[in-house]
Amino acid sequence: MGLARFLVRRILTGIVVLWIVATGTFLLFFTRPVAVVARELAGRSATPQVISEVIRNLGLNLPLRVQYWHFIDATAHGNLGFSYYSQVPVKTILAEDLPITASVVVGGVVLWLIVGLTVGVISATRARSLFDRVATVGVLAGLSMPIFVLGELLIIGVFLPLNEHGITWIQTGYAGLSTGVIPWMGHMILPWITLATVQAAVYTRLSRGSLLDTMGEDYIRTARAKGLSERRVILRHGLRAALTPVVSQLGIDIGALLGGVIVVEQVFSLPGLGFDSVQAIDTGNLPVIIGFVLLASAFVVVANIIVDMAYALLDPRVRIA
Amino acid sequence: MSLSSLEFQAASAESAPEQAIEGRSQWQLTWRRLLHDKVAIASIVVILVMVILAITAPLFASLTGHAPDQAFTNTGTTSTGAPVGPGTHGFLLGTDYIGRDLFIRILYGARISLFVGIVTTAIATLAGVSIGLIAGYFGGWVDTVLARFIDTVLAFPYIVLALALAAIFSPSLTIVIGVISFFSWAGISRIVRGQTLSLKEKEYIEAARSLGAGPWRIMFIDILPNLLGPVLVLATLYIPIAVIFEATLSFLGIGIPEPTPSWGSILAEAQNYYTVAWWYVVFPSVALLVTTLAFNLLGDGIRDAMDPRTERIFAAGSQRRRSRRRPSVVSAFSAAGPSAEFPDPPRQPMPPTP
Repeated sequence: MGLARFLVRRILTGIVVLWIVATGTFLLFFTRPVAVVARELAGRSATPQVISEVIRNLGLNLPLRVQYWHFIDATAHGNLGFSYYSQVPVKTILAEDLPITASVVVGGVVLWLIVGLTVGVISATRARSLFDRVATVGVLAGLSMPIFVLGELLIIGVFLPLNEHGITWIQTGYAGLSTGVIPWMGHMILPWITLATVQAAVYTRLSRGSLLDTMGEDYIRTARAKGLSERRVILRHGLRAALTPVVSQLGIDIGALLGGVIVVEQVFSLPGLGFDSVQAIDTGNLPVIIGFVLLASAFVVVANIIVDMAYALLDPRVRIA
Repeated sequence: MSLSSLEFQAASAESAPEQAIEGRSQWQLTWRRLLHDKVAIASIVVILVMVILAITAPLFASLTGHAPDQAFTNTGTTSTGAPVGPGTHGFLLGTDYIGRDLFIRILYGARISLFVGIVTTAIATLAGVSIGLIAGYFGGWVDTVLARFIDTVLAFPYIVLALALAAIFSPSLTIVIGVISFFSWAGISRIVRGQTLSLKEKEYIEAARSLGAGPWRIMFIDILPNLLGPVLVLATLYIPIAVIFEATLSFLGIGIPEPTPSWGSILAEAQNYYTVAWWYVVFPSVALLVTTLAFNLLGDGIRDAMDPRTERIFAAGSQRRRSRRRPSVVSAFSAAGPSAEFPDPPRQPMPPTP
């Protein structure tokens, strides 16, 4: 009952958020004169007639109110329009790009959480050990490292030397899962490492600090006094409580994750959502941009609902309401 | 004439020798602790060197005779048109793809990075502190609206908006500063708001109110000084985030427009020359990393220095190193990293890294 109500409410708020985002993006792009877009579309030596025809074809001559209504009506019916340039439906473009971006995101997030939490937990259980000190330095380096710098350094430090020596498993660019899991991983491994390293630093620091605080609590002493193994005390009693701040940070970082994906796709020339959205923005391809922004916002909204549910699952004091 | 005991005490205090016990303010204590932190001092030195290099960049340009956007097509590129390596033809760190001096460009890039980093942090801190104070102090619907707004800004995929804005208003330094500031204040606001919420319930605030102080006086004269510590730490940690943010925007081609050199745009150009010019990637990367690392280390150092527990911890730490005992509760607490009072800034980006 509680869960159903929570979901309904969050989904309704999510739809309102998406509507605001869509309207905002729509309006933002009309601060740019229509003629500029049309001139770019029509080519360099276009006559005024051609330009006005382009404007008419795209419906850019209609009053803003009418255009907005068309836009909202179509979007609500799942029709995101067509790319200004290639006339391909935006839905098709997004569908083609999604597997690539999903490959980067899923692998990267899994790697980042595994590395971040493992290093954090080991550091916390052995505070001030050599491992902890090395990890602390590593965290600072990760925090100070822009994603594209790490990506470029990996390309010149790992990708190029390996390929020079005939080891061609690691590649840039993209190969779909249809080419096999092993080649797919070869293309993905550097993007994953890049995305994960920078983010993992934050999580190492957070989980380490949070676990150290938790391990000082009375109930941990009680658990130890019951004669539980140290492993069980840390993993079942300590970590569970220590994870709550980590999970709430995750909600905040989803936006940052999307930014990271755009940069990673750019560095490794992966033709995913991020790569294409940068191009669409360069060329003022409004329908593609709105499609991308809506998809990104939907992702943020859904991910935040999942994070909130995980939060309630971990901490029984948090009631879903 | 006899002295009363009170007068006697006063007189003896006046005539006491100069080296009498001296009160130390919180800031003096912090400064002393900071001076004992070798890493923090090293970071300050690195930052100062960077700042000096950035300021004196035109001097180096006139010394070498290489302007930042002057292309040396004869000496600066090989016969095949590739960049020349470090040390060739008087190019200290080599050249870029059209034969411009990479050393000079990196120096001029430092001007952009440091300027953007410091200016945006200043704007974000001012805005963040004011909004956080107002939300926390007034509470009620003001707080609800502002807190929602803060959360929205924090959760927004900032690069998406940055891309859109940069595409509409063609890229410029002003846009870059505006975008970075807009996404940085919210993290500071959230922390200031939280602190204000607890500080405003203290007795001395009640005392100030009963003396007739108005809300603005209480916020900025009574509450603000108690927040300066955490705000200073946060601001120091926001500078590297802003530097990375600027570099990321420039890398994506929506930051500082050509031909002004920025570390991000230099690295974007270098993408096509991986195989022939390692220096083109390595030197700007190193400049960027050294700068962000120095600010991060300094921020951590200031945080430790402000924390009154640190002194005991250092003592406990050195003692333990000698005796090799198990970590005490105090040191485990200290090692906990960011505390509630001195939290980490929420990550932006890399631009932030986004």
